Amino acid sequence: MSKLRKTLLEPIFDNNPIALAVLGICSALAVTSKLETSVVMALSVIFVVAFSNLAISIIRNHIAASTRILVEMTIIASLVIIADQFIRAFAFDVSKQLSVYVGLIITNCIVMGRAEAYALKNSPLQSFVDGIGNGLGYTFILLVLGVIRELFGSGKLFGHSILPLDTEGGWYVSNGLLLVPASAFFLIGGIIWVIRTLKPEQMEKD
Amino acid sequence: MLEHYLSLFIKSIFIENIALAFFLGMCTFLAVSKRLETAVGLGIAVVVVQAITVPVNNLILNYVLKEGALFKGVDLTFLGLLAYIGVIAAMVQILEMVLDKFFPKLYNALGIFLPLITVNCAILGGTLFMVQRDYNFPESVVYGLGSGTGWALAIILMAGIREKMRYSNVPAGLRGLGITFITAGLMALAFMLFSGIQL
Repeated sequence: MSKLRKTLLEPIFDNNPIALAVLGICSALAVTSKLETSVVMALSVIFVVAFSNLAISIIRNHIAASTRILVEMTIIASLVIIADQFIRAFAFDVSKQLSVYVGLIITNCIVMGRAEAYALKNSPLQSFVDGIGNGLGYTFILLVLGVIRELFGSGKLFGHSILPLDTEGGWYVSNGLLLVPASAFFLIGGIIWVIRTLKPEQMEKD
Repeated sequence: MLEHYLSLFIKSIFIENIALAFFLGMCTFLAVSKRLETAVGLGIAVVVVQAITVPVNNLILNYVLKEGALFKGVDLTFLGLLAYIGVIAAMVQILEMVLDKFFPKLYNALGIFLPLITVNCAILGGTLFMVQRDYNFPESVVYGLGSGTGWALAIILMAGIREKMRYSNVPAGLRGLGITFITAGLMALAFMLFSGIQL
């Protein structure tokens, strides 16, 4: 049991896929200007990582080494299609805002990375939990970015006004830079700085 | 007519730079930009693959997947993602074999980067933007070439900056990945200058 818990919790802080291994950055930058899109994106990634890990782990003894990338790609692409169709059916507005980034979960390195590094070597249950853990690690960064960018960029959370904007008669002067996608670079750079200052063992050696 | 293609080309390189305006291919962009030489190699490989896969996927979309293209009344566009990634993987494989056979020198230079390209989201992203914007075949050729060139330009610039940065004194926790992110952010801001340009 404790091993499962470790598999689940480790990727969130100690071994975060975005902050430590630099996987899956593209979507983290592009979809986080609002909290709503961040949440939808994070949920779809958790779904895809967890189930692709599960499926690949179940058939891991039947995959030939030379064709494994193809098999993994097919499984991941099918799961992403399910997620994409689901979002289109139940949250069409969000799907319009996410535009191509849902489809790009296929090439999100977290999914491939976990399939290669973990699911091919471990039991289905372990792999499933590992998938959820890594998905949560991704979610953690996405939520932090989403909250900071939406709250200070447009004074809102989930579209509800929290800090009343001066343009609408309130007192808060919004920071437009945070709505620009480039700000996500600065924020992630800052998060990495904080994590590495707190945990010096994660620093890179040249 | 030529003007239209030229403006699409310029737009896809500078104004809608796929790396610095849409943040695609970031994993490779950050990981393989340590040295200028490798960045140039990867950049060229991306241009070649992008210029081939976007038009091929355009043909697949129009002649296989679109409603009524293959069978009457059958809409296969929901299978798009699976088809595109298959095309990309196959193209990269074929390109690898062709280069190995006919241009061994180039193959040795690009060798290790080619398989990496399959999972580079700039490639799949280019295709998905082509689908979303409904480009026709000639437009998709131009767009593929342009967006690939834009990505190559961005990674080569980045590698140039990082090579210089080795001589500067960066705070310990920020060294390596952290400062790379911040540099990329500044580059993205600089590229935003292009966004006001009307062509």
